[in-house]
Amino acid sequence: MERKQIPVVERILSANDRVAADNRARLQGHGITTVNIMSSPGAGKTTLLLATIRALGGTCRIGVIEGDVASQVDADKIAQAGVPVVQINTGGGCHLDATMVQQALEALPLDEIQLLFIENVGNLICPAGFDLGQDYNVALLSVPEGHDKPYKYPGMFEFVDLVLATKTDLMPYMDFDLAEFRRLVQGLNPRAPVIPLSARTGEGMEAWLEWLRAAVKGK
Amino acid sequence: MHELPVTEGILRIAIEHAQKAGASRITDIHLVIGDLAGFVDDSIQFYFDILTPGTLAEGAKLHFHRVATRLRCWECGHEFSPQERDWTCPQCGATGGEVLAGKEFYVESIEIE
Repeated sequence: MERKQIPVVERILSANDRVAADNRARLQGHGITTVNIMSSPGAGKTTLLLATIRALGGTCRIGVIEGDVASQVDADKIAQAGVPVVQINTGGGCHLDATMVQQALEALPLDEIQLLFIENVGNLICPAGFDLGQDYNVALLSVPEGHDKPYKYPGMFEFVDLVLATKTDLMPYMDFDLAEFRRLVQGLNPRAPVIPLSARTGEGMEAWLEWLRAAVKGK
Repeated sequence: MHELPVTEGILRIAIEHAQKAGASRITDIHLVIGDLAGFVDDSIQFYFDILTPGTLAEGAKLHFHRVATRLRCWECGHEFSPQERDWTCPQCGATGGEVLAGKEFYVESIEIE
């Protein structure tokens, strides 16, 4: 049998990237600023979003897409805060992809939203690899997880626009070296500011809200 | 988990091109993967072996061509390959730079019969 070589050169994630581009165009068409929030499970994404909705809800129309492997618990909490929310269950998948977000957009009142948060599946690895159509990527790293994580999970920190060190109220009980954390993040990604905050006490929240206001205005 | 949909993507691309060329089977698939792309060869191979029986790609050999990270320093423009994840420019000591190479992730070619 004759054997021949065929050049292909096709990006493996091209199918995802095409849908992400559609999502981006659609969101931008509605004037929506979209922020993809990533972290490990339990770093405080939902708590941060609830505090953010409380702080900005009066001045900015917020919507949320909640990604989890299973359950509706986070979406229920966000819905109680009075903003439109859609829950995506990945059924075992470790990250959201552009098609899931595309489906979620169908269920959101896009004309009523200025700022859309996508709460990705809790995981420091896979979410960083898949474009969803967002404008900004934000990584959370909570104080109990340890300041060495940027070296262990570099893919998460290399290309994000902002890093939040969360649960700073636990600093007195943990060996978390904030200066070292900043140094490690900067070594990978000098363009991402690091904001330490506690959604629980409110410490540092203003800097995050300021960043968000600028992101929405900058659109 | 992550590599399953990715491997499905590889298979879809390879089979589409093989069908277009009227192939009876795919013998080899050449992939290019940058060191920053975050995909594991062994894991792709594992899912590939599960997904391919009964397809044009059954028994095909996967070839992984790895591309090292290459950066251009934001401060002085020097191009360098960082050691591990320490993105310090060896020329001026600044951190980080524009990524010139390392994020590649594509099917370069296939071989068919």
